[in-house]
Amino acid sequence: MTTAARPIPDSIDATLHLLGEADYLADRSLATVLFLALRMGRPIFLEGEAGVGKTEIAKVLSSTLGRRLIRLQCYEGLDVAAAVYEWNYAEQMIAIRLAEAEGNIDRDRLSHDVFSDRFLIKRPLLQALEPDTAGAPVLLIDELDRTDEAFEAFLLEVLADFQVTIPELGTVKAAHPPIVVITSNRTREIHDALKRRCLYHWVGYPNAERELAIVRTKVPGIGKKLSQEIVHFVQALRKQDLFKAPGVAETLDWASALTELDAVALDPATVSDTLGVLLKYQDDIARLEGSGAKELIEQVRAELRAAE
Amino acid sequence: MADPLAPSLSGFAGRPSPASGGGEGGRLADNIVHFARALRAAGIPVGPGAVLDALEAVQAAGVGAKDDFYWTLHAVFVKRHEQSIVFEQAFRIFFRKRGYLDQLMAMMLPQAPGGPPPPPPPAATRVQDALFADLQDKLKPEEREIELDTTYTVSDRELLQKKDFAQMTAAEIAAARLAIKRMVLSLDEVKTRRLAADRRGHIIDMRRTLRASMKAGGAFIDLKYLGLKTKLPPVVALLDISGSMSDYTRLFLHFLHAITDARKRVHTFLFGTRLTNVTRALKARDPDEALSLCSASVLDWSGGTRIATSLHAFNKSWARRVLGQGAIVLLITDGLERDPDDRLAFEIDRLHRSCRRLIWLNPLLRFEGFEAKAKGIQTILPHVDEFRPIHNLDSMAELTRALSAQGGHAGDPKQWLRRVA
Repeated sequence: MTTAARPIPDSIDATLHLLGEADYLADRSLATVLFLALRMGRPIFLEGEAGVGKTEIAKVLSSTLGRRLIRLQCYEGLDVAAAVYEWNYAEQMIAIRLAEAEGNIDRDRLSHDVFSDRFLIKRPLLQALEPDTAGAPVLLIDELDRTDEAFEAFLLEVLADFQVTIPELGTVKAAHPPIVVITSNRTREIHDALKRRCLYHWVGYPNAERELAIVRTKVPGIGKKLSQEIVHFVQALRKQDLFKAPGVAETLDWASALTELDAVALDPATVSDTLGVLLKYQDDIARLEGSGAKELIEQVRAELRAAE
Repeated sequence: MADPLAPSLSGFAGRPSPASGGGEGGRLADNIVHFARALRAAGIPVGPGAVLDALEAVQAAGVGAKDDFYWTLHAVFVKRHEQSIVFEQAFRIFFRKRGYLDQLMAMMLPQAPGGPPPPPPPAATRVQDALFADLQDKLKPEEREIELDTTYTVSDRELLQKKDFAQMTAAEIAAARLAIKRMVLSLDEVKTRRLAADRRGHIIDMRRTLRASMKAGGAFIDLKYLGLKTKLPPVVALLDISGSMSDYTRLFLHFLHAITDARKRVHTFLFGTRLTNVTRALKARDPDEALSLCSASVLDWSGGTRIATSLHAFNKSWARRVLGQGAIVLLITDGLERDPDDRLAFEIDRLHRSCRRLIWLNPLLRFEGFEAKAKGIQTILPHVDEFRPIHNLDSMAELTRALSAQGGHAGDPKQWLRRVA
């Protein structure tokens, strides 16, 4: 992990290269969007199925560019207190009681002391706006579709000006706007106004070639034949009518699992046993256990033989 | 064409543009502006801000490889996954060589019957309309004699008829519509996890408490409270439009249109032999316009019913997108499935588990001696939370009351199962 801050890349190729340094193999469309977002200073809005590597992008950006990663995990009911700042009420009350015990009841001075930086708990959005010597941090707003519209409206305002107002302290404005990455699993449609502010990209499943490269990079020591069979098996699975197709994360988990089990090639018994790593719904597993897996393995082997 | 943006684009004018093919000259920026206009007409909302962004983006990324140019414009103009297809078609038509454009134009003009032209890919008709809007106006007088039908394929069970809405007398329909509008939807509110100031709440609001106590110099503490905010859950309606339901479909759509106005999140799906999402059509303010948009987008009016297939399609493609945050599902069908099998039980079970409340509205309940004997009905009944009639305005009023928390046991499905067992 690089600790020195680097400037943003100056071309699409440079962006691809930068992502490659952290072992993230992106396709050219994603690299284009990333490059434009970094260059034009716009947030990136990544939408896609679960497990395709949306959150990973932010981590990769932060490690390769040497910036701090600030993560805001969204959930229903997320509000300003949990996202921007909160006062440390317990300490403030103690400070008030102490002042009272000492006999200092100068009201203005007390207010000034109690509502100062010392008692301010900074939450992710406020942390992202603070100046940082290492350059603008990467702000990851994860799973925005889990919050509600009220928070989206608030976020829109923050992303427009990159400033928040704390009534007791004043306005905090970012000297360098952070690099914002927003992800969504599409369980709810995000309002158009927010999407318009960002550069949108749908992260889809990779093709066989890229997935093979990803598996070989992330699971070092995997056999050549096994990796090929795994990737083609998963690609064939995605074409079937499953309730939830496996993502890249599932492919990598499965590859690691099979490596742990010392498999050299796919065989129906092992595949049926480890289906729970790939598929997360019972009806999908039931469909593929036993004979389903056997047929698919044979199909994959025939394809690979034909390709040679 | 005088373009208000033209003066500021003079910097681009002299640049060669490999993307617009051979000897077209260098007006890349103009091309981008015209392309944005075409996208807008084809249905992708592109504001002037986006056009400026596109110019900035192309300047930053350079106009090197064709692919890069495509993805650069894609990153700026496309804001939803569905718009990708229309964008791709538009890009191909707009930035390809001249020959293809001529080919499209030839398709529009009258030809000697040689053979049917190949059907264009789905989004091409919209883009075609967008690019050749002027040309179409000129051709209109001749088009009455010659019909170019390249978009429809007829499968044996689907009937390509537009539903004829004039089946009730006009006066009856008008009265019914007014009554529907007047129904006050007492709204079923759901507790959310968001806290707001509430005098009768149970959670202490530290922030307001401290502020209030600071006003008095910290001498005493006046507790302020927070309570859980409530809101309206989303409603998802699955409406059966097969032949057996045809008498009710129209008024149902009116009802759903009225609810769409009143609540913020209503999604409506029509199914017969296939599933169609008509939420956007129903968002039109005028009820007639909304219904005509609906009937324009649905292909299988009054055909057969395949409930299991449609529910499967809904569960697979839409359930995870619209049932979040505690949705209430209204399933409006008579339950008479052509070939009921295990799939129906599985799909209705899955639907039931994915939503907060599943209400089944069945017009067959209008018959006094109704008994749940049909196999399809018996399959669905155990998986619904409420079973209600829906054949007249009274029952609609009952429904709106049921959508509030005062539901009660009137719609308990188990009593129907007990009667038959």
